[in-house]
Amino acid sequence: MDHIFFFYFAGVIAVTSLLVVALRNPVYSALALLIMFFHVAGLYVTLHAEFLAAVQIVVYAGAILVLYLFVVMLLNVKTEERYHNQLPVAGLLGVMLCTEVILLLIQSRTAASAVPGDPVITSGNTETIGEVLYSTYLFPFEVASLILLVAMIGAIILAKKDIGDTVQ
Amino acid sequence: MEIGLRLAVSLAQIAAVMGVVMLTVMVLTLAERKVLGWMQDRMGPMEVGPYGVLQPIADGLKLFFKEDIIPAGANKFLFTLAPILALVPAMIGFAVIPFGPSMTIELFGLQIKPFVISDINIGILYILAFASIGAYGIILGGWASNSKYSLLGGLRSAAQVISYELNVGLAIVGVILLSGSLSLVKITEAQAGGFWNWYVLAMPFPQIFAFVVYVISSVAETNRVPFDLPEAESELVAGFFTEYSGMRFAFFFIAEYANMILVSCVAAALFLGGWNAPYPGTILEYIGLERIAWMENVVWFAVKVYFFLFLFFWLRATLPRLRYDQLMRFGWKVMLPIALGNIVLTSIAAYFFPR
Repeated sequence: MDHIFFFYFAGVIAVTSLLVVALRNPVYSALALLIMFFHVAGLYVTLHAEFLAAVQIVVYAGAILVLYLFVVMLLNVKTEERYHNQLPVAGLLGVMLCTEVILLLIQSRTAASAVPGDPVITSGNTETIGEVLYSTYLFPFEVASLILLVAMIGAIILAKKDIGDTVQ
Repeated sequence: MEIGLRLAVSLAQIAAVMGVVMLTVMVLTLAERKVLGWMQDRMGPMEVGPYGVLQPIADGLKLFFKEDIIPAGANKFLFTLAPILALVPAMIGFAVIPFGPSMTIELFGLQIKPFVISDINIGILYILAFASIGAYGIILGGWASNSKYSLLGGLRSAAQVISYELNVGLAIVGVILLSGSLSLVKITEAQAGGFWNWYVLAMPFPQIFAFVVYVISSVAETNRVPFDLPEAESELVAGFFTEYSGMRFAFFFIAEYANMILVSCVAAALFLGGWNAPYPGTILEYIGLERIAWMENVVWFAVKVYFFLFLFFWLRATLPRLRYDQLMRFGWKVMLPIALGNIVLTSIAAYFFPR
């Protein structure tokens, strides 16, 4: 049962990820990305990480992708052809990546087959994430918030061009 | 066998909740016009049936038989998809709303919670997640119509929904801090035993500011007056659904009303104690009718939800529409700081007075 769900979600994620870069209409690309976000959230649910699943949809599908669509519609791009001329480079990179994946697969066959970690079901997914985030991973968490703060200040300075004039 | 039975019970529950929601939408379309009529000292619809009570059925039939027009140059696929994308997120949120006391009954050897379809432990996040998807229907509908009025309506709506969604989420955080759970069932249970335990008034830190921010922001999120900028008639004809007709228009319409009911249910469950009566216990329990005490709880829930729905109509009859820059300034410079301050103060209170 679990395997059926995993292969369904993984398959749809793979197909829609390809569609995001392959489709010519940027709005359709954004929609393919939306479907992908939902299936990634589905994968989280099969791993008993409901909190991550909900946050995935709130942040990526609900906020970031809406902004993408916003920009696409304001620019009114009908089709995007620029990136379809990169076939040789993309092909070369694709072959390299495929070789690496195949090599890894062969290695994992010979070595002890990788066992996925057991899903953590202790006091509930949300509490566990909160505790780990604010104890073990406190430093990376603070660094991430600092980077976000810097990005925010940068955006304000870029958008507010007259900021130097008002000071003087 | 057991999976089949469980599926059948769940489908029955879903059908019952959907039925109630659709019925409430029908009632609301009439109630809105009647309440507005009453407030403006006129009758409202009076023609169809006694006092016009059959008006929603007449409206529904009219929309059903109207010609379905897809404008030339519209993106047919997205034009068809948009109303569905608007309606589904509005309906799906009801899956985690507790309409009555959390009791389990045993049916064919299965444990069933009759008043909530699914008590998942991230209930409120689930609702926020799907509420944020509702914006896609509006944006895509506006874009696919190939009309500048629709496009501008859709873009306005995108900005508005994202801005006010943030405030809704932050207003809820205070309640989550006090209850220590994301499940709507647990949050409601924590408010049992009289109105002084409801989170809008509860010690150590009453969530009255969060409540006000939530109500204002949810009015904005459902695109109702005074925040109905996306469909401002005087500027944008009818906004993002200018080009829609027939059943596709009806989908947007139902989605708006279903969203109103959903935010009212969440407000009732989070701030006003959900199905808890304003006094400890229930009267039916005191007079020895424990078996039907749930009726009183369900009635209290309905009363609270209808209070909020009445508030929506009341606002519509009272307030003029905000200008777009006022809307944005109000959302980011007034609502957001209040919501953030509420979180800080609630955290301090929750730290010093742990439950």
